Amino acid sequence: MTAIRLSVYRYQPDSEPSASNAPKSDSESDSRRPKPYMQTFEVQAQPGMMLREALLAIKEQDETFAFRHSCGEGVCGSDGVNANGTNCLACITPIADLKQPIQVRPLPGRPVIRDLVVDMTQFYEQYRAVDPYLIRKDPLPEQEIRQSPADRDKLDGLYECILCGCCSTACPSFWWNPDKFHGPAALLQSWRFLADSRDQATDERLDALEGPYKLFRCHSIMNCVEVCPKGLNPTQAIGRIKELMLEQSV
Amino acid sequence: MAAVRSLPHRHFDALIIGAGGAGLNAALRLADADLRVAVVSKVFPTRSHTVAAQGGVNAALANALPDNWHWHMFDTVKGSDYLGDQDAIETMCREAIPTVYELEHAGVPFSRLDNGRIYQRAFGGQSQHFGGEQAARTCAAADRTGHAILHTLYQQNLRAKTHFFDEYFAVDLIRDDEGAILGALVLDIESGEPLVIASKTTLLATGGHGQVYRTTTNAFINTGDGMAMALRAGVPLQDMEFYQFHPTGVAGKGMLITEGARGEGGYLINSDGGRFMERYAPHALDLASRDVVSRSIVTEIREGRGCGPNKDYVLLKVDHLGADVVHQRLPGITDICRVFLGIDPAKEPIPVFPTAHYAMGGIPTDRYARVVAPARHGPEEVVPGLYAAGECACVSVHGANRLGGNSLLDILVFGRAAGTDILSYVAENPHHRPMRDAYLEPSLDRLSRWERRGEGERVADLKAELRRLMEEHCGVFRDQATMAEGVEKLKGLRARVENARLRDHSQTFNTARIEALELDNLVDVGMATLMSALHRDESRGAHSRVDHPERDDERWLKHSLYLRDGDRMDYKPVRTKPLTVDSFPPKPRVY
Repeated sequence: MTAIRLSVYRYQPDSEPSASNAPKSDSESDSRRPKPYMQTFEVQAQPGMMLREALLAIKEQDETFAFRHSCGEGVCGSDGVNANGTNCLACITPIADLKQPIQVRPLPGRPVIRDLVVDMTQFYEQYRAVDPYLIRKDPLPEQEIRQSPADRDKLDGLYECILCGCCSTACPSFWWNPDKFHGPAALLQSWRFLADSRDQATDERLDALEGPYKLFRCHSIMNCVEVCPKGLNPTQAIGRIKELMLEQSV
Repeated sequence: MAAVRSLPHRHFDALIIGAGGAGLNAALRLADADLRVAVVSKVFPTRSHTVAAQGGVNAALANALPDNWHWHMFDTVKGSDYLGDQDAIETMCREAIPTVYELEHAGVPFSRLDNGRIYQRAFGGQSQHFGGEQAARTCAAADRTGHAILHTLYQQNLRAKTHFFDEYFAVDLIRDDEGAILGALVLDIESGEPLVIASKTTLLATGGHGQVYRTTTNAFINTGDGMAMALRAGVPLQDMEFYQFHPTGVAGKGMLITEGARGEGGYLINSDGGRFMERYAPHALDLASRDVVSRSIVTEIREGRGCGPNKDYVLLKVDHLGADVVHQRLPGITDICRVFLGIDPAKEPIPVFPTAHYAMGGIPTDRYARVVAPARHGPEEVVPGLYAAGECACVSVHGANRLGGNSLLDILVFGRAAGTDILSYVAENPHHRPMRDAYLEPSLDRLSRWERRGEGERVADLKAELRRLMEEHCGVFRDQATMAEGVEKLKGLRARVENARLRDHSQTFNTARIEALELDNLVDVGMATLMSALHRDESRGAHSRVDHPERDDERWLKHSLYLRDGDRMDYKPVRTKPLTVDSFPPKPRVY
């Protein structure tokens, strides 16, 4: 079996600087705090191996290595990482597609908690800020609210989002204004409810998106579309919201 | 570890451990009623394993074909091999209908029929008129129904302002001298700090434990945490020998291929290209019950008719359905095949093998989701303040074998039932019971055991050994000698886990510590499974004994109870009496 080489981002906030593998810092004050560094590992290749399995093999070698993961099939959204400069889900990214040594870093632009584990608080706050739930004003029927297959089709490409954060953490506008710009993931959800024939809060949703930041910081750079592991298109959804705003204002 | 008194305490009316469909549906009911609700989850809620459920949720809406909740009830009782409790099954099948409408109103993007109603597909074990023609009872959002439901429930909980403790790991229940549950000790994974959550009521909704097997459709997080917490609190586990092997996991890898693939018209073939289910289930064919289909696949392979170079799998054909049906109705399956097998299922058949999937057994509850255990006044005395729902619980609606589409239904109906009963419990018991330091000691001891330093075996090695052991000694087909040997090996392994050591004692986001605590849980549920299976010397549902191939209603129409203290077995009767209709008496089970 051939070996796979990975260079992995390490940050161990609790470690004593002297005890860690980190290169020594020149400055006395800096040396008191652990520093991030890249560490090289070799793991055995397996047929059809995914990046997640390589990360698990690293954890076998070094129990202190931390990363999030769970379902292993691209539906839970836990294991978003940056591999060779591109955000991806480790569990559905084949090793064979990646140039070695594979550079594995945490999702960019988020505070690092430890190794590949980042703080996603602001990402989730922006999701919550778009009121991501169906709002009905009419009394509810005894049975289902009817929806034609054509209207239901409008939700395809929207509802499948798994909140992995690959898109928003690849977005320069989100890097600059994560506190004010909703970011592609949250705006995709905003459109998911605007596009739902059952939702009855279109005006409120659009009003809440007014202003220079929440929606309009999107400059159609399309990094989100490039990286989405589910093949969704947040840029297009953002465009649709803007079109609807224009329609409603005339 | 911190001294007991210095631990921070939080107080809630309801503590819900687990943020899958059961936990979130209970939380929604309670938060909408203005209770103080805490949901503790070791992962961000939408990472819970409900997200991976594919095919759908059963309800007799009769949107596609004639249907009736009573037929659903018959199919579920028969599917359970008559071990299911018929009062609970009646409750579930009746409640299914309003439950699905409620989900739809909450926003679940169900697929639709031309008349705008919810799309329903055929699934295994479903019939019209009590065993007649195939029914179409499974409400679906393409093949991503669990994802659609979990995200919708999380979203509605955001609206209802439920209090979430994301990435907190529940260590153990807190129990007082009278056996009442006062909440739980939990660990903040990010900081590594323990926290006491004192609560008037506690709901265990922690899901399954597929990680006890080497190859499983289950996620890394499915480690039986709630079941093991119940065991350590003195509550038995019920019917743990009944573990479902899903007929169609991706061979050698384990990813789930939904039964909906067969519901849409797919079928299984062996190395001769023969449609072998014709021989095992002449009427229902590939939509026979899961235990039947899994045994048929293993039998084909054992008799030399497996496919591939090693003749160790069979093939699931859906290519004859056409690319439109496959890609539109089964988009998630299409993705899995492309990513993990490099094939398009609309063009090539899928290699599949029965894969560890679902626990029919679990924490014993009544149909109000209250945990019940043997005590002074009988086998089903309520444990005050403790509830369980979903895969970690055993109501029991699945008995010896669960029907596809009934697990999403179970979590929703009994999650909600737990919420309803918690409302009345809190109204009648408005004050917290007194908390004493001594009640916290067992859970703090459990944490400090993993703080010991020095030499010792590694968690990862022991976990791998456990998973191989369970696969070898408690799989699809079982016998006395193999299982007895398994029990002895597992006792040895359990003793070694006691002396294992962590290398990593850091505080911040220490996943090695979490995996060690999970290993404790896996060992406990593994032992419950093996012990229960060893003692039941009959074949029923998913529990298939080659040395006892017949069902034995005379001796075994009863529920198993495993107690951790002394690895003891106990038994209690099946509730064969429904609430309003006639009982379905045991009959030979043919499909």
